[in-house]
Formats: sequence, structure tokens, C-alpha cells
Amino acid sequence: MKLRVLYFARLRERFGVAEETLEFDGASAADLVAHLQARGGAWAEELAAGRAFRVAVNQDIVTLDATLPDHAEVAIFPPVTGG
Amino acid sequence: MKILVQAEAFDLGAEVAAMGKGRTDIGAIASFVGLARDLNEGSGVAAMTLEHYPGMTEKALAKLVDEANARWTLLDVTVIHRVGRLLPGDPIVLVAVASQHRGEAFAACEFIMDYLKTQAPFWKKEETPEGERWVEARASDDAAAARWTDS
Repeated sequence: MKLRVLYFARLRERFGVAEETLEFDGASAADLVAHLQARGGAWAEELAAGRAFRVAVNQDIVTLDATLPDHAEVAIFPPVTGG
Repeated sequence: MKILVQAEAFDLGAEVAAMGKGRTDIGAIASFVGLARDLNEGSGVAAMTLEHYPGMTEKALAKLVDEANARWTLLDVTVIHRVGRLLPGDPIVLVAVASQHRGEAFAACEFIMDYLKTQAPFWKKEETPEGERWVEARASDDAAAARWTDS
């Protein structure tokens, strides 16, 4: 499937990328996280088990077992700190 | 209902006046304004920059106002959140809730702020004497939001 993946705040800075388009053959948010972790470096560090990050699919926060629809807009970001 | 994400400052008095304009059924308006502080985690903060996720932010704010409307009988709600670079003392966020009686207005205003702190995709980066740093989420904010589901 094809995904548009966005990164925000500290993760955008650590990864050095704000947005990318991915060809991806997994099914769930967890599969995508594993795929990104495999890049190593900051990706492996920031997305390691136990690290606090959030995943949104089509602009709704989801849990890692969520299924990704084709052409989804997926965002990965740190816990929010507005207000 | 009015939900805005903007760089510009807002005027609390004008926003509250706009809610009551042309109607006489409102008995209470509770409002909250969050300000940028000059001190956090023991360091002076010279300025902060607020980043957000355009599109999702507006959607998340609308969703939490919908949840407030489902819990209480509200007559109007205004939420304004600023983004971009802010200085100490600058207003960051405004929540104002109108209802017939004060109890609902107070409760819904606090509920919306508690949920906004944990659900709306905003991030703060502070400028301190030690350099720039991203603000870390607080466990106390999660606890504040959880109160509304525990009861």
C-alpha cells in the first residue's frame, strides 16, 4: 500500500524529515513502526518499545494494532503539550 | 461554536461579549485563558514556539467540544489556540463556555482544557539559557484528563 507519513515536533527534528510517501507491504500501525525502526539510528531509538510516541491515522489517534487503509495519512509524534 | 487556531492574539472581553450578543437565554459564561510563563522546570523561558498538526488540530478540538456538548447542556463554546512564537505573558489558549447555569459552564470549561492538554496535537518548544528544548508531556495532565472517565 501507499502511505503518506508525517512527523512532528521533536520526532521531525530527530528524523530530519517532516513528510514522506512510503510504499509499504504491512497491515497495521505496529508494522509501520517496525518498518521505520529497522532504519536504525534515531528511528530505532525513538520508536523503541517503551518510548512515548503517538500514531494518528487519517487524523485520529489510534493504538498500534490499528489497520492502515491504503493511501492513509499516518502521523507519528511525541505526546502533545499544548494549552 | 467557534474553534480557531491562529497566530494572532485574541481578546477575551470581545470573545465573551460575542457569545452573549443578541441572546438572553445565557445565564453563565465561564472562561479560561492560558498564558506563556517565564519559568518552567527550573529554567528561565525567553520565548516558546507552538507547533501543531494542521487539519488534525481543528478536528481534535471539534471532537472534544462535541464530547462536552454530549455531557452538559451548553449554549455556546469558543476555543481559540495560538501557534507560532510567543513571549512570556502572551495568551496561548482561550476556552469560554456559555450555559444556563454556572455549574455546567465551569465543569465543561475545565473538561475541555483537560482534554485539550492531552488530545489536541500541539507541541511547545522553549528557548532557555541552556538552549532550545521541547516541553515533555506531564503525567499530571494525563491524570487530570482521566478524572473525567473515572467518575
